[in-house]
Amino acid sequence: MTASEATLGRRAARETAKRRRARRGQAIAAVSSLIVIGGLIALAVTSPGWPTVRDTFFSWSAFKDSFPDVAKAFWLDIKMFCVIEAAVLVVGMVVALVRTSQAAALFPLRLLAAVFVDVFRGVPVILLVYLVGFGIPALELSGLPSDPIILGGVALTLSYSAYVAEVYRSGIASIHRGQRDAALAIGLTEGQALRHVILPQAVRRVGPPLLNDFIALQKDVALVSILGVVEAFRQAQIISSSTFNYTALVGAALLYLCVTIPLSRVLDRWGIGGRRV
Amino acid sequence: MGDRGQEGLSAPVLEVRGVTKAFGSNEVLHGVDLSVAEHQAVALIGASGSGKSTLLRCIDLLVEIDDGDIFLDGEVITDPSVDAVSIRRRLGLVFQAYNLFPHLTALQNVVLGDRYAHGASREEARERAGRLFARFGLEGREDERPDDLSGGQQQRVAIARAFAGRPRALLLDEVTSALDPELVGEVLQAVRDLKEEGVTMLIATHEMSFAREVADLVAFLHEGRILELGPPDRVLVDPERPETKRFLRRLLEAGRV
Repeated sequence: MTASEATLGRRAARETAKRRRARRGQAIAAVSSLIVIGGLIALAVTSPGWPTVRDTFFSWSAFKDSFPDVAKAFWLDIKMFCVIEAAVLVVGMVVALVRTSQAAALFPLRLLAAVFVDVFRGVPVILLVYLVGFGIPALELSGLPSDPIILGGVALTLSYSAYVAEVYRSGIASIHRGQRDAALAIGLTEGQALRHVILPQAVRRVGPPLLNDFIALQKDVALVSILGVVEAFRQAQIISSSTFNYTALVGAALLYLCVTIPLSRVLDRWGIGGRRV
Repeated sequence: MGDRGQEGLSAPVLEVRGVTKAFGSNEVLHGVDLSVAEHQAVALIGASGSGKSTLLRCIDLLVEIDDGDIFLDGEVITDPSVDAVSIRRRLGLVFQAYNLFPHLTALQNVVLGDRYAHGASREEARERAGRLFARFGLEGREDERPDDLSGGQQQRVAIARAFAGRPRALLLDEVTSALDPELVGEVLQAVRDLKEEGVTMLIATHEMSFAREVADLVAFLHEGRILELGPPDRVLVDPERPETKRFLRRLLEAGRV
């Protein structure tokens, strides 16, 4: 046996050992998942209340009857989510830009932006929806909207813009000083430096936390139901209270998951693979 | 042409007079006087922390000076009423750490200033940038991101970027200090080529042999003052001041000469 053959032999042995370890790892993972998940299912199914739970939460016939109505109402959630999200991205950016501005003349605006963030981030979203939804119409000012869909949307926009403004601001602050120096050195104005150098990098960097807030917003759209808006959650609630069966609510939960899970997977991929700035 | 015209021709491109700068209680520049004539390359040497970078940043108006004046083509640029942006458009600054824009391709890095600071059209700017890439040996790298380039290539892109605005003078801030030793040569060659083309330059550097080869004058900056100024063969070989001698000896011991 020559030296190189010996090396080849050792390498092959190592490869085999590595493959065997990997296979054993997979087998252990599969068995332990089966035990844990199976155990949890068994625990639920063998519980004394299971037959009742199965009939009131997982009834196939109730699901078939309620799902079309819930899904139709969910379309409103989707539309509201899209419009509010677009508004949040714009308002949040404006607030962030005002807060990071340096000009002395903008001081009052900077103060306002700081108060905006403190107040709307500090108040529970559900309370904000309530206050805007019932408070604004109570002013009885002509010209102000009274549609609960719009008022609920405004409340969510205020709350989420405050969060997103801070996300943007952290992104802007994370860009190294040298980038601004280099942008100014090639003769750009402060505004051009922001537009062409700072913001493109900042926005790319905060993609994952932004998407995280999108997912939260997607779920919080259901809060406008307290103003009487019939979106998916509210529709499911109406159906369950008339049929005494909660399967419609499970249907609504599935619909939310259909949107949030794909968004989460995008987020994962972005977080791991998309580090390139 | 009368006397006035003659005077205009001989006015230095850059002139620094009595400039002081302190960051809080840390006084970095204590009255610096220095001038760079047209087509001249002046090397600025001195220990780390002697104020070389600060001086270059003051000239490019990235840092506001406390006292003194700086002139560009005989015109004062450090007056508060002067528009800093228009002055920076007439100067080029290359940073020690390159500071390329990582979200743009190499070519876009060079195009950006020409387009938005100098109002060139997209085509015009791209064509000019393409020529700069050829000139600095960067053909084929146009569409690569800075992160995918070697340090030497990045710094050459940075030089091209500073040069794209057709500056009156180029300020180079230790452009080889962040490079691996084997990449220093290609960047120095780029600077050497610029010198041969008659580009006016103020070069902060630790490369003494390079300073000796390229510079018309060497200025030794020590504790915020220019202690010695003269032709490289004198300042680097036969310095008058003990501080200069000590500085050069230390470099020699570190194997940097």
